[in-house]
Amino acid sequence: MVIRISSEGQYRLASSYFDRINEIDNQIVEAIAGGERDAFAKLFNELLALVRTHGERVPDDELVESQVVLPPPDTSFDEAAELFVAEGLVPD
Amino acid sequence: MGLLSRTTTLIKVKVSKLLGAAEDPREMMDYSYEKQLSMLQDVRRGIVDVTTSKRRLELQKSKLDDSLTKLQDQAKQAMSANREDLARTALERRAMIQQQSSDLDTQIQQLDGEQAKLEQAESRLRTKIEAFRTKKEVVKAQYSAAEAQVRIGESVTGLSEEMADVGMAIDRAQDKTEAMQARAGAIDELIASGALDDVTSSGQDSIDRELSQISMKENVDAQLAALRNEVGAPEKPKELEG
Repeated sequence: MVIRISSEGQYRLASSYFDRINEIDNQIVEAIAGGERDAFAKLFNELLALVRTHGERVPDDELVESQVVLPPPDTSFDEAAELFVAEGLVPD
Repeated sequence: MGLLSRTTTLIKVKVSKLLGAAEDPREMMDYSYEKQLSMLQDVRRGIVDVTTSKRRLELQKSKLDDSLTKLQDQAKQAMSANREDLARTALERRAMIQQQSSDLDTQIQQLDGEQAKLEQAESRLRTKIEAFRTKKEVVKAQYSAAEAQVRIGESVTGLSEEMADVGMAIDRAQDKTEAMQARAGAIDELIASGALDDVTSSGQDSIDRELSQISMKENVDAQLAALRNEVGAPEKPKELEG
């Protein structure tokens, strides 16, 4: 599975990590819903660390599509929350 | 996937926009290649913007730091002239400028980070575009339209994704830069309006003026004392108020 960390690059990660990623992602959603900034920061960093530690960098000269895209590593709580506010996520 | 499905969708929509609507995939490859090159220009412009803003902040900081040294000297001078009030004013002003200066430090560091990120993005994108160009030429020379579609499909999508990501990174860097420029502008205004004027302009400020008045008075006092000695008159008690 190819995962992109926005503004950083792509990683190739064994599919076995998918469940764990999904789990953290769900917790992140809860943290955002509950306005828990510290929890968000901790979980998001955990997610980034998981991809960076267990994933292998896709070489720069390889052109592949990502299955999953993570927001940029410096995403703030407010920025993340914003993604959940509007129903029309993507403006035309 | 909550957050991730959202960011993934976000980038996929950008990718499908970048892919456009060329009928012949071979045409699309050329079209896509042109887009890539212009994207690379955008990244370079983005880097220049960030660097320019950083320079501006660095310049401001060195101005402020100059005035820190000057105020320290003034405080010392005022103190030795027994003008604690004046020394206090100088030190108070110095503390305020110290704060501004360290704020600027933080901002400069942030811009440094943005610059490094964009430089990496530029190098990554350049390598990917080169890989794409090679592949495109091979596919165009060897395959029919239908086959080309299959052969180049993921390359186009993969590269478009990179471009979409770099595009967002530039936007982010721009947002940050603009916010900092606004703050830098506010400091410029402070300097221009006179709040910091005294300490940053090269001319004499109020502290300087008072100090030179003191030294003038001291000079006069010293000359008087010398005269007194010469004449042999008894020394008069020194005046305290300056």
